[in-house]
Amino acid sequence: MDLQTTIYLVVGASFALYIGIAIWSRAGSTSEYYAAGGGVHPVLNGMATAADWMSAASFISMAGLISNMGYGGGLFLMGWTGGYVLLACLLAPYLRKFGKFTVPQFIGDRFYSKSASTVAVLCLLVASLTYIIGQMTGVGVAFSRFLGVSSDMGIYVGMAIVFTYAVFGGMKGITYTQVAQYIVLIFAYVIPAIFISIALTGVPIPQLGLGANINGTDVSLLARLDQVITDLGFGKYTTTTAGSTLNMFVYTMSLMIGTAGLPHVIMRFFTVPNVAAARSSAGWALVFIAILYTTAPAVAAMARLNLHGTVNNAVGVQSDPAGGLKIDPAKVKANADPFAPEASLKYEERPDWMKRWEKTGLLKFEDKNGDGRIQYYNDKTKNEAAKAKFEAAGWKGNELTVNADIIVLANPEIALLPNWVIALVAAGGLAAALSTAAGLLMAISAAISHDLVKGVFAPNISERGELLAGKIAMACSIVVAGYLGLNPPGFAAGTVALAFGIAASSLFPAIMMGIFSKKMNKEGAMAGMLAGLFVTLFYVFAHKGIFFIKGTEYLNLIGGANSFFGITPEAFGAVGAVVNFIVAFVVDKMTKEPPEHIQHMVENVRIPRGSKAVDGAHAH
Amino acid sequence: MQYKHDAQGYWKATLGLITKVLVIWFLVSFGAGILFADLLNGIHLGGYPLGFWFAHQGSIYVFIALIFWYAKKMGDIDREFDVHED
Repeated sequence: MDLQTTIYLVVGASFALYIGIAIWSRAGSTSEYYAAGGGVHPVLNGMATAADWMSAASFISMAGLISNMGYGGGLFLMGWTGGYVLLACLLAPYLRKFGKFTVPQFIGDRFYSKSASTVAVLCLLVASLTYIIGQMTGVGVAFSRFLGVSSDMGIYVGMAIVFTYAVFGGMKGITYTQVAQYIVLIFAYVIPAIFISIALTGVPIPQLGLGANINGTDVSLLARLDQVITDLGFGKYTTTTAGSTLNMFVYTMSLMIGTAGLPHVIMRFFTVPNVAAARSSAGWALVFIAILYTTAPAVAAMARLNLHGTVNNAVGVQSDPAGGLKIDPAKVKANADPFAPEASLKYEERPDWMKRWEKTGLLKFEDKNGDGRIQYYNDKTKNEAAKAKFEAAGWKGNELTVNADIIVLANPEIALLPNWVIALVAAGGLAAALSTAAGLLMAISAAISHDLVKGVFAPNISERGELLAGKIAMACSIVVAGYLGLNPPGFAAGTVALAFGIAASSLFPAIMMGIFSKKMNKEGAMAGMLAGLFVTLFYVFAHKGIFFIKGTEYLNLIGGANSFFGITPEAFGAVGAVVNFIVAFVVDKMTKEPPEHIQHMVENVRIPRGSKAVDGAHAH
Repeated sequence: MQYKHDAQGYWKATLGLITKVLVIWFLVSFGAGILFADLLNGIHLGGYPLGFWFAHQGSIYVFIALIFWYAKKMGDIDREFDVHED
């Protein structure tokens, strides 16, 4: 069977599965619609959370980023997993005990203020919408690459699929489809990694393979990679930081508290039966996430070595035209000369996978010195010794540009894996994008129907009316998300910073103070949220333009790029959070205490017993 | 077993546990993975420099162990103060 037919079959079967599950798990009540009835087993909830959390960016882009960044890429690995520790012990159990459906409702009730709840809705909408644009464009790209339809058509198909199971199934439908999507995406990620780890190191577990020796030698894979890329003028793989150590520190912190503050992640903890289950469910979520997140660094490093080996035969690791990877232990051990003229790959002899990816424009070759061979190195290095070697070899500049997103998608092709594996990767990428889009849509529609319609405009709405409002809000959100995916506002790439920045600087501190401080009042909480939000927006917009409009950057006003101790705008959420805490504390001290019944409510939220009986949420 | 109906005591025990969890969380990620990574890189774990290992693998494993340990300990505290469910 040819590749295209196999892809249609595998992707089609996975879609049939998701829709089948959605029909089986239709939501009938608001409790089922918003919280899946509150009876989801912690292990299943962990899988659903993992699928919800791991987006197209985690599946497709993260390994590529790590591959380019080396050690510094660890900030994504630690940041996006460490947040679950904060969720498990600071937020999830208490929000579950509180027993309502949404984050803005907690903030509104705890700070006895509709304005506080409205600010939270606003933060939630901005964070979720910016995030969803990326997911929808990801769906479009994945469809067009693998199904051979246009990117726009891909987005329409994606919208229709999400519509089916999100609108009718609500949180219940989404939860069970996400479990299925998790299984698809994790197999798609891990199977190619296992094949490649075996080919390079003989170790079938990629996490161990990354620390092992290259097949047939006593040279460790990481040591060889360090050697190869420093020879070629790149920074050492195992030590290159992302900016300064301070920036890496703050960036990691921002991702951690941003993760813990993102509403679509928090919402997943309203679906478990009780407080104890909320605690362990965060652990299960992290177990399932970690399967991908500990495989990613292995994929990253191995792909980098494969790529260099493919274009420079002195590395000793080559794509074998007959299939798989060929290791030359003598070259690995002898540290052969990468500058020898015959070491660079002849362009005419490039492997098939390079030809295929050249067509997509994600891989480009330009023969700058006219020798018909590919020289792939860092021509911008500051290392004079390396520069001298490039010149002596007659190299006239780097000739190969590789888009980082290729790393995961092309990995199975580089190692010449069977067609069904390539088809599985296609289905996995789509599963990752669709599951996250569905989770985000759920958070958006709940905020609109539950917090705005029921909470502010029509408090007396019936359950049936609220359910209808939720479904209409969901349908509208899908149309908006689809529109934004079709017409991405040009800033899609920069907006993840904003989503995390907002979650980190406004929502996380507000929820945390609501639980851990009995005396925090509405004035303090709102001043804190607004201050954290403003400072973060101010710094991000200074770098990327006001509302990301090109030409409106005001870097001079803040004293140049990354002027605040060299911290990049992506990493600024943690600083915003600190501002939030400080402002909230000061304002709280100057205004009067929260009413008695609110202080009792906080005491009550801290005690697990009775989480099953909280009114309105989990009728069993 | 003597149950203690004591909300303040329960909250104190909870905060004590959370503090321990957060100290370990900080030490493995921000400590071993970032601040002291260069120092630790002098030590090798198989083919891994140790600081690099903490940033790319180790801290994640510790996070998982940490959450389950916390969930178990919280369960113990819940029972000790008789606020558990079921």
